[in-house]
Amino acid sequence: MTTMNMIQALNSALDVKLGQDPDTLIFGQDVGYFGGVFRVTDGLQKKHGLTRCFDAPISEGGIIATAIGMGAYGLRPVPEIQFADYILPAFDQLVSEAARLRYRSNGEFSAPITVRSPYGGGIFGGQTHSQSPEAIFAHITGLKTVIPSNPYDAKGLLIAAIECDDPVIFLEPKRLYNGPFNGRHDQALRTWAGLPEADVPEGHYTVPLGQAAVVRAGTDATVLAYGTMVHVAAEGIAESGIDAELVDLRSIVPLDVDTIVESVTRTGRCVILHEASRFGGFGGELSALIQERCFWALKSPIVRVAGWDTPYPHAFEWDYFPGPGRLAAALASVMEN
Amino acid sequence: MERRVASDSPRANLQPLSLHVPEPKFRPGDRVDFAAVEVPPAGEARRPDTAADAGEFRDLAYTLIRVLDEDGQAVGPWNPKLSPDMLRRMLRSMALLRAFDERMFRAQRQGKTSFYMKATGEEAVSIAAAYALDRDDMCFPSYRQQGLLIARDWSLVDMMNQIYSNTADRLQGKQLPIMYSAKDAGFFSISGNLTTQYPQAVGWAMASAAKGDTRIAATWCGEGSTAEGDFHSACTFAAVYRAPVIMNVVNNQWAISSFSGFAGAEATTFAARGVGYGIAGLRVDGNDALAVYAATLWAAERARTNAGPTLIEHFTYRAEGHSTSDDPGQYRSEGEPNAWPLGDPVKRLKEHLIAIGEWDEERHAAQDRELADFVKAAQKEAEANGILGHGLHQPLDTLFDGVFEEMPWHLREQQQQMIDEETASGRPWDRK
Repeated sequence: MTTMNMIQALNSALDVKLGQDPDTLIFGQDVGYFGGVFRVTDGLQKKHGLTRCFDAPISEGGIIATAIGMGAYGLRPVPEIQFADYILPAFDQLVSEAARLRYRSNGEFSAPITVRSPYGGGIFGGQTHSQSPEAIFAHITGLKTVIPSNPYDAKGLLIAAIECDDPVIFLEPKRLYNGPFNGRHDQALRTWAGLPEADVPEGHYTVPLGQAAVVRAGTDATVLAYGTMVHVAAEGIAESGIDAELVDLRSIVPLDVDTIVESVTRTGRCVILHEASRFGGFGGELSALIQERCFWALKSPIVRVAGWDTPYPHAFEWDYFPGPGRLAAALASVMEN
Repeated sequence: MERRVASDSPRANLQPLSLHVPEPKFRPGDRVDFAAVEVPPAGEARRPDTAADAGEFRDLAYTLIRVLDEDGQAVGPWNPKLSPDMLRRMLRSMALLRAFDERMFRAQRQGKTSFYMKATGEEAVSIAAAYALDRDDMCFPSYRQQGLLIARDWSLVDMMNQIYSNTADRLQGKQLPIMYSAKDAGFFSISGNLTTQYPQAVGWAMASAAKGDTRIAATWCGEGSTAEGDFHSACTFAAVYRAPVIMNVVNNQWAISSFSGFAGAEATTFAARGVGYGIAGLRVDGNDALAVYAATLWAAERARTNAGPTLIEHFTYRAEGHSTSDDPGQYRSEGEPNAWPLGDPVKRLKEHLIAIGEWDEERHAAQDRELADFVKAAQKEAEANGILGHGLHQPLDTLFDGVFEEMPWHLREQQQQMIDEETASGRPWDRK
C-alpha cells in the first residue's frame, strides 16, 4: 500500500494498464510530454514511449473519433478530454458512434474506449471549468458513466473501465484530485494523506462497475451522492445529526439499483444530492426509480438537492455549489414526516 | 429590407454589402451546357513519386488525372497497365453493382423494403478503388460505396438480407437498409451520421501504424459531407500523425438537392483542401476506372511506405436521385446526367476493353443478362428469408441485444416487460 492522492491513483491505474496491455494507449491535449494539465499522465510517455501516451490536436471530436477507430482496429484507447465542459464537440462521436457501434453492427465492431475527463465545480472554474454533464450521458443508451469519489475507487474503477469492452465516460471530480472536499470552503484545505481510502495498492486491482458503496450506514434516511458530493453529504449528515445512510453510487450507468432500493426500503426516506443542475438531472431518474420501487416504504417525498438551473457562475460559486447546509436542511425536511 | 446604415455614417457612400448564396447553373427545365467544366486531356497530369512532399501537389489538386481518352485508349503516366483479365473483372464488378442497384431500387418500389440508395454513375469510385487496395485494408465507407462489397465478392444474398431486415439479416433488423457492416470484408459499419467515419478511419490507420502493422485504411465521403467538422478533424489528425490513410471525396456534384457550391466548390476544389492540410491531394476523373485505380494504388503505396495520407477527389456525377425518397426532377435539370462531360464509367471501361480487342458488345450484353439473372437468383434466395413488413424478422427480444456487451438490469427488465406486453396483447409472439 502507498498513500496516493486521486491524481496519483489515476496515474497508477494508467501506468498499470500501459504495462500490462500493449493494446492500451493514451492520448489527448497536453497528456504526453507535459503529463497533463492536472498531472494525471505525468511520466507515462517517458516510461512507456511516444506511441503509447501522446499529445493530440485541440479537437475533442477528433480525439474521440480517432479513439473509436483505434478501438475498431483492436486497441483499447484511453483518450482524455481536458475538461468535461469541453466534451460537447465530441458529443456526436460519443452518442452516434461509440454508444451505437456494437448495436448497429450487431457486435461486429465495438468501442472499448475509456474517456477520462475532469468534471465538477467548487474550484472557481466558472461556466466552462465546472460543469457536471453526467445526466446527458446517462440518457445515451450504450454508454457507461463512472464517477469515483476517492483515490482507491478512482484507480480500481479506472482499471475496470479500461478493461470493460463498452465505451465508458469516466468523470473525475477535479475538486477531489488533491484532497477530499466537504463543501466547507472557509476551512483549511485537506489532503488525502492519512485517510484510509488513500491507501492504494501499487499493482492491479479493480472496483467493479455498477456497484455502489455504502459509505455510512444509517437507519433514518438514505442519501444518494457521487463524486465530490459524497464528501459534502457526509458533512451534511453530520451537521444534521440525523442517522442517515450515505450511498456513493460510483457508477451512474450501470446503476446499482439493488443497493439503493434496499437502503431506501429500510430507511423510508431519501435525499438525492448532485452538483449538476436539477431539471433533467440524474436525480430525476433516481427519484423516479425509487418512487416506482419503494413507493409503499416511503415515509416522505424524495428530495433532490442540486445545482440551480443556471449556468455555473463564477462569483456566486458557494451560492450555487450545493453545500452541507443545504443537505442538512433537506434531511431535516424529510424527517418532518 | 431597409439598409442598416445610418446616414451620418462615414461609410454611407460605400456600396452595400451583399450576401452571396450559391446557385447551380441549371434548374428543372433548363437546357444543360457543361462547356464550363474543365476537362483536361487524358494522360496530361504528371505522376509524382509516392514519397513526394505534400507541398508539391498544388497542380494535381486543380487538374484531373485521366487515363482513358476519347478513343477508349489508356494513356499517360497514370496508366496502370492492367491485364485484360483484370479489366474484365473490374468491368464485371461495376456492371454487377449497377444490376444490384437496379434490382434493389425496384424492390423498394415494390414495397419489399423501406429504403434504398443507388450508386449509378459512381461505380468506378468504389469498385476500382477496392481492386487497388489489399483485401485486409480497412474501408470506412459512406452509404454509397456498396461497390466495395461487390468488388470484394461479398454475398449479394447477405446484402439483400440486410436490406430486407429479414431472419437472416446479420444486423438483426437493427439498421436501416444499406447501412451494411461486414468486418470480414474489411467494410466498417455504416453510420447514418455523415463523415463520422472519416476521423475514425484516421484513428484505425493510426492504430495500424502504432502497432507496426502494414495494413492501411481508406475512407469515403461525399463532397457535401466535407462541410462537416469531422472532415476537418480527420484531415488534421491524418496530417499531424502522418496516418496511413486514403481519404476519398466523392464529388458527385449533389448533396441531395444542394449542389456542390454549398460545400465550397465554387471557389476551390476538394483535392486542394488536402494540400492546405499538408496532405497529398489528387483530383481524379471519377468516371475513369483506370484513373481511380491508379490514384488509389499510388495513395496506397504512399501510405504503406510511411509517406503519409492522401486525399483523392473523385470528380463524378450522381446520375440518379439521392435515394428512393428523392426526386431530382424537383431541383435539377433532367438533361444533366446525359450531358455530364465525363460520361458513364461502365460504358467507358467497356469501350476501352473493346478498343484493345479484349471485349465486344455481344459479350457485354450477354454478361448483363447473366448478371441480371445472378442478382435475381440472389434476390429470390434472400426473399425466402423474408422481406420487410412480412413479419419474417429476427426474434423480437433480440432488439435488446448488443446495446452493451452484457445486458444490464434495466434492459433485462424492459426486455421482459416487452415480452409480457406482447404475450398479454395476444399478438403472435415469435421467439424462434
